[in-house]
Amino acid sequence: MTAISEPAVEGFRISQLLYDKRYRSMTLQTIALILFMLGVGWLASNAATNLAALGKPLSFGFLSHPSGYDINQRLIEYDSTSTHARAALVGLLNTLLVAVMGCLSATFLGVFIGVARLSKNWIISRLMTIYIEGFRNVPVLLWIVLAMAIFIETLPQPSAFRGDNATASMYLNDSVAFTNRGFYIPKPEFFSGSNVVIITFLLSLVGLVIFGRWARKRQDSTGQQLPTFWIKLGIFVVPSLLVFFAMGQPIGLIYPELKGFNFKGGFHMRNSLIALWLALTLYTAAFIAETVRSGIMAVSKGQSEAAFALGLRPGRTMSLIILPQALRVIVPPMISQYLNITKNSSLAIAVGYMDITGTLGGITLNQTGREMESLMLLMAAYLSVSITVSLLMNWYNESIKMRER
Amino acid sequence: MTNVSYVRTEMLPEKEPPLGQSGLVLWLRTNMFSNIPNSLLSLAAIYFIYLLLAGIVPWIFHGSWNVGSLSECREAIAAKYGDGAEGACLAVIRERFRQLIFGFYPQELYWRPILAFVLMLVAIAPVLFASLPRRALWFSGVYPFIGFWLYWGGTVWLPVVVLAGFAIGAAAMSILPRMVGSLGAMILAMLLPVIWWLTLAGATSDTMQSLLPISLEPVESAFFGGFMLSIIIGVTGITLSLPIGILLALGRQSHLFVVKTICVGFIEFIRGVPLITLLFVASTLLNYFMPPGTNFDLILRVMIMVTLFASAYMAEVIRGGLAALPKGQYEAADALGLDFWKATRLIIMPQALKITIPSIVSTFIGLFKDTTLVSIIGLLDPIGLSNAIRANQAWNGIVWELYGFIALMFWIFCFSMSRYSMYLERKLQTGH
Repeated sequence: MTAISEPAVEGFRISQLLYDKRYRSMTLQTIALILFMLGVGWLASNAATNLAALGKPLSFGFLSHPSGYDINQRLIEYDSTSTHARAALVGLLNTLLVAVMGCLSATFLGVFIGVARLSKNWIISRLMTIYIEGFRNVPVLLWIVLAMAIFIETLPQPSAFRGDNATASMYLNDSVAFTNRGFYIPKPEFFSGSNVVIITFLLSLVGLVIFGRWARKRQDSTGQQLPTFWIKLGIFVVPSLLVFFAMGQPIGLIYPELKGFNFKGGFHMRNSLIALWLALTLYTAAFIAETVRSGIMAVSKGQSEAAFALGLRPGRTMSLIILPQALRVIVPPMISQYLNITKNSSLAIAVGYMDITGTLGGITLNQTGREMESLMLLMAAYLSVSITVSLLMNWYNESIKMRER
Repeated sequence: MTNVSYVRTEMLPEKEPPLGQSGLVLWLRTNMFSNIPNSLLSLAAIYFIYLLLAGIVPWIFHGSWNVGSLSECREAIAAKYGDGAEGACLAVIRERFRQLIFGFYPQELYWRPILAFVLMLVAIAPVLFASLPRRALWFSGVYPFIGFWLYWGGTVWLPVVVLAGFAIGAAAMSILPRMVGSLGAMILAMLLPVIWWLTLAGATSDTMQSLLPISLEPVESAFFGGFMLSIIIGVTGITLSLPIGILLALGRQSHLFVVKTICVGFIEFIRGVPLITLLFVASTLLNYFMPPGTNFDLILRVMIMVTLFASAYMAEVIRGGLAALPKGQYEAADALGLDFWKATRLIIMPQALKITIPSIVSTFIGLFKDTTLVSIIGLLDPIGLSNAIRANQAWNGIVWELYGFIALMFWIFCFSMSRYSMYLERKLQTGH
C-alpha cells in the first residue's frame, strides 16, 4: 500500500513570483504599472519644470479673456471682443458643419459610385474604377489645396460681373454667383405668417411617419398594399403648398446682388468652406464606394436568385433582400469613414477655414502662447466628437444587426 | 440502284457567325448597348471622356518647357498656337524639379540621397520578394543606419555605436540564457544596450572618430524637403509602426488587466484625434516633456509622432486579424505545448498577418499620404513647396501643372503599393 502523502507545504519563495503561474501575471502587471507610472511621472515633472521655468504654469484662465480676432465664417454670434472659449465654440461648430455636410454628400456620391462600379455596363464600371483609384491614391490635403487654388485662380472676381460688357455672369436665372471670394446663393426670407407654413410642414412630416406606420400595420394584418410612395409624396407636398399660397406666399428668397465691390444679400459661402467640403466629399466618396461595393458583393448570389425564384422584381430584390444584408457589412467601415471625415476636416487650417483647429489650435494658441492647455482642449474636443459619433453609429449598427434565434 | 443519295457525303464549310453575334460587335452589344438606358449611359460616358481628353490632350501638347515664368509661358503659347490657345506651363516642373524632389539639400551632395534611395530599394527587395536569397535580409537590417548616415552625414561612428547597442542585445540573447536563465537573459538583453547607449556609446564614438575619422559633410534637417522628406518620414513610419502595432495588438488581447488598459487607452486616444493635433504636439509641445534644455530635431519629432499615429491604426488592423483566426488555432498551439511567444511567433502571427495584408497595406498607403500634413507645421514637403512656388512672383497663379505633378508622383507610389498587396495576397493564398 502506498500512502498518498500530502504535498509538502512549503513557504512562499521569492522565485515563485516569476516562475509560478499563479503569481507571474501579477508580478508582470505590477512591474508594467510601475514602469508606466514612472514614465508618465517623468514626462509630467519635466513638463511642470519647463512650464514653470517659462513662467506659464498650467491654467485655463486665458479662455475667458477677449480673443481679439475675427472669424469670418460663423454659425453663432461672435466678434473680436468675445472670449477665447467662444472662439473655440465657433470653431467646433464649424468643424461639425463641414463634417456633417461632408458625411451626407460623400455618402450619396459614394453609394452611387459603388453601385455604378458594379454595373454591367463596361465603360461606366471602368470610369468608376478610374475615379476610385485616382482619388484615393492621392493625399486629401492635395485635393483640398487644389480645390482652393482652382477657386481662387479660375473663378471671376466680383468686379467681372459689373457693367454692360461683364465678362462673367450669374447662373440659374441670376440667382447664383460663383466668384473667387466665394459662392453667393439666395437666402430665404421670412415674413409674417411664415410660422404657419413651417408648422404645417413639420406637422405633415409627423403625419408622414404616422401614415407609414399605419400602412405597414395594415399590410401586415390584411396583406393589402397601398401606393405608399405617391400618398407619402402627397402628404409631404400638398398641405404645405396649400397653406403657403393661402397665407399669401410669406416666404421669399433674397437674391445676391452686386453692390459696390461685392455681392450683397443672399448667403455667402466662403470658398474655403466649399473647397474643403468638395475635397473631403470627392476623396471620401472613393473609400465609401469601395465599402459599398464590397458590402454588396458580400451578399451571396443565392440570395438574389432565391428572391427571383420567389417572384420578386429586381427593385424589390435590391431593397428587401440585398441591401438589408449588405448594410450589415457596410455599416462598421462606414463608421470609420465618417470619423475620418471629421478628423480630416482639421485640414481646414490649410485653406484658412476657421474650424476648431484653426481657432483653438491656431490663433488662440499663437496669441496666448498656451500650447499645453490649447492642445489638451483641442484633443479633448476631437476625442469627444469621435466617441459620440462612434457611440451613435454603434447603436445604429446594433439596431440593424441580424437577430439570430 | 441509282446513285442518288439523300445524305450529304461531304461536310459544309463552317460559316462565319452572323454579323453582330461575334467579336467586337457582340462584345459592344452585351457590355455597352444591351438596352436603351444602358446605351444612353454609354453614350454619355463616351461624350464625357471625349470632353476630358479634348481638354487635356491639347493642353499638354501645347505645353511649354523652356520659359522662366507664367506670363512668359502664356505669351509663348499664344504666339505659337494663336490667341486663346490653352497650354500647360510645364516649365515650372522643369525649373523646380530638383526642389520638388530634394528640397534644399545641397546640390553637390545629391548623390547621397540618390544612393540612399537605391540602397533602400535593395534593402526592401528581399522583404518584398521571397524568391531573393534570405541572406540579403542582413542588409535590410543594417540599412536604416546606412540610410541615416547618408542623409544626415556626420561621423560614421554614431550609427555604428547605435548599431553596436543592438548587437550587444542580440549577443546577450544568444549567450546569456545558459548562465542566468531565459528570463534573466531577456531582461539583461533589454538593459545592456540601454546602459551602453547612455554611458559608453558617446565616448566610444568620439574616440573612434579621433582615431579613424570617417565622416560625410553633415546636412541639417532644415534643408530636407520635397519627395525625399515624404519618403524618409513615410518609410520610417512604415517600418516602425508594424512591430509596434503588433505589440499593441497583442497587449490589447492580453489577459493582463494593466497591460490591456494601457494599450486600449493609447490606441483609442490616438485614433480619436486627428494627426494634425499630434503634429502640433510634435512642433510645440514635445520639447516640454523632455528634461529641460533638450532640443531635438523637428523631423525626428515628427517621425516619432507619425510612427505612434500609424502604430495605433496598425494595432487595430492586426487585432482584426487576430480576432478572425479560428479559436482552434490558439488551442492547437497550446496543445502542442508552445509557450505564448512561440505560439504567437510560429502559429498565430503568420496567419493573422496574412489575412490582414490588404488592410496593413492600406494603412501604409494612408501613412504615406498623411506625410503631406507636415507642410502645415512648416516642413517643406511637396505641398509645402508648392505653396512657396505659388507665392513666387514668376509662378503666381499656376495650379494644374504643379499639383498635377505632385498628385501623379503620390499616385504612382500609392498605386504600386496597392498592386503589390494584391500580388502578395494571391501568392499567400493557400485556400481552395
